[in-house]
Amino acid sequence: MSGAEAKAGAAWPGKMARRRSGALGDRIFRALVALAAGLVLLALGGAAAAILWGGLPAFLHFGLYFLISTAWDPVRRDFGAMVPIYGTLVTSLIAMLSAVPISFGIAVFLTEVAPGWLRGPVGAAIELLAGIPSIIYGMWGLFVFAPFMADHVEPWLTTLLGPLPLLGALFDGPPLGIGMLTGGLILGIMVVPFISSVMRDVFLLVPLPLREAAFGLGATRWELVWRVMVPYARTALMGGVFLGLGRALGETMAVTFVLGNAHDFNLSLLLPSTSIAAAIANEFTEADSEIYRSSLIALGFLLFLITFVVLAVAKLLMARLARAEGRV
Amino acid sequence: MRRRPSSLVLRRQAINGLALGLASFATLLGLIALTWILATIIVNGATALGPQLFTRDTPPPGSMGGLRNALVGSAIMTGLGVLLGTPIGVLAGTHLAEFGRASRFAETIRFINDILLSAPSIVTGLFVYQIVVQPSGHFSGLAGVLALALVLLPVVVRSTDETLRLVPISLREAALALGAPHWRMVLRVLYPAARTGMLTGVLLGIARISGETAPLLFTALNNQYFSFDPAQPMANMPVVIFQFALSPYAAWHALAWAGALLMTLFVLLLSVAARRLLRTGSA
Repeated sequence: MSGAEAKAGAAWPGKMARRRSGALGDRIFRALVALAAGLVLLALGGAAAAILWGGLPAFLHFGLYFLISTAWDPVRRDFGAMVPIYGTLVTSLIAMLSAVPISFGIAVFLTEVAPGWLRGPVGAAIELLAGIPSIIYGMWGLFVFAPFMADHVEPWLTTLLGPLPLLGALFDGPPLGIGMLTGGLILGIMVVPFISSVMRDVFLLVPLPLREAAFGLGATRWELVWRVMVPYARTALMGGVFLGLGRALGETMAVTFVLGNAHDFNLSLLLPSTSIAAAIANEFTEADSEIYRSSLIALGFLLFLITFVVLAVAKLLMARLARAEGRV
Repeated sequence: MRRRPSSLVLRRQAINGLALGLASFATLLGLIALTWILATIIVNGATALGPQLFTRDTPPPGSMGGLRNALVGSAIMTGLGVLLGTPIGVLAGTHLAEFGRASRFAETIRFINDILLSAPSIVTGLFVYQIVVQPSGHFSGLAGVLALALVLLPVVVRSTDETLRLVPISLREAALALGAPHWRMVLRVLYPAARTGMLTGVLLGIARISGETAPLLFTALNNQYFSFDPAQPMANMPVVIFQFALSPYAAWHALAWAGALLMTLFVLLLSVAARRLLRTGSA
């Protein structure tokens, strides 16, 4: 301690001590919060590393063949990821085909059609859909929606679309109610609140002068939406779609109930299938060999990779509009 | 004199009406789905409600019972998960809002955190299985707690970050000008000012983890007995509902529906309360 500092310390002992403790406190506090922030990074990095490590035996044992093999034979210990990957992609595609137009409609209704007093309650009701736990969707799907599909929708689809060339193969088979079509539709309902809330927020960001200009030129309300608001907010709308896709790809419990967990490769959307998440949820605790468990973890790693990329794209797309608005 | 509208105008108006009509129909579909799901849960769950749910444990097949062990197990694991995840989340959010702001490190973390927010929770389950269950050799409530805390973490980080950034800069300057060290300013000025928003984040996080099934499947697993010991496998509502719903026994189905009703009510009331709190707090 230098002389001057000692003298100052003697003159105002309490104050100096407190100031020093403040500086030390700040350093500790800064380190603490930075550490906590680092833990967030570690959570993702650690998850990726741990799952890769767990799946490594399967990747090494089967090589690239793991990705394209349709085998899934716990007895002969031969595993491939093709059927679950196909199931995940197809159910998510069905979910997007059903959820994107409906979410768009809801967003348009909430911003352009509904009278002011109706917007709050309807918006809140749609957001309630996001609050329902996914296992509840699964139970509803298994006990209510799957029988409904089997009795009322699938026979009709088979007679109507079954005879068509190419397309017919998708709707071939007995109306079980359990299968990729039912799973995909339930996923669609689940992601509607996420996509529609992004789309609604994006529509609300469209600058007022643009709206006024459109109306001033005599545009109808729909022309305002389709010719002005959609082009203006295109990237952010796509971001919302990708966010929904990321959710749909990784959703587990809802599809586990209604997919039927069958590792057979089928073109038909009406037959039981499986997805990455459903296969892991159904079989992980029953995996009786090291390579079986490792194959399931390897599937988990693939799911992690796919969703990471999709969600990162979603985030980047949505950030572009935010940046244009200057509210990063 | 008004001219009669041309056919072009008529067509444009027809398209307008059709499109807006379809948008209203889409909204109606969403509301129908919500009503259908809630009605199913209420109708099936209400018939299975009764005091035995809270006084008896999950039964073996073929006998009567309740959900006591699962309710207690879920409460313990959710509580511990919140205790573990909230402080870390609040501190990390503080870093983003107060110290990081626009630094590259903070931007990266914000990005990663938003991805964690929507990442599949089953992957979290696998992660915790790898780092806790596998090395320790058995499933345990503590592994479940860690998995739930990991799901909660990004929710709390985000809400803390967003609410702290809304606190006016003048409050910070006033506290610092009075000679308060930075950390005291954060604890005594920022946190009280941002209390409502941060609490909302935690409540939404609790709502989220109370319904999470996938991360518990291979961490806490299940336990058919009543247990307070988090070092052992622990019964919990989501996994019990999952196993009972997929079983062939009618008595188990009834319990699954009752559990589903309790869980849905709890989760929805919590999220509605959180949103209401946010609205009254910010007004």
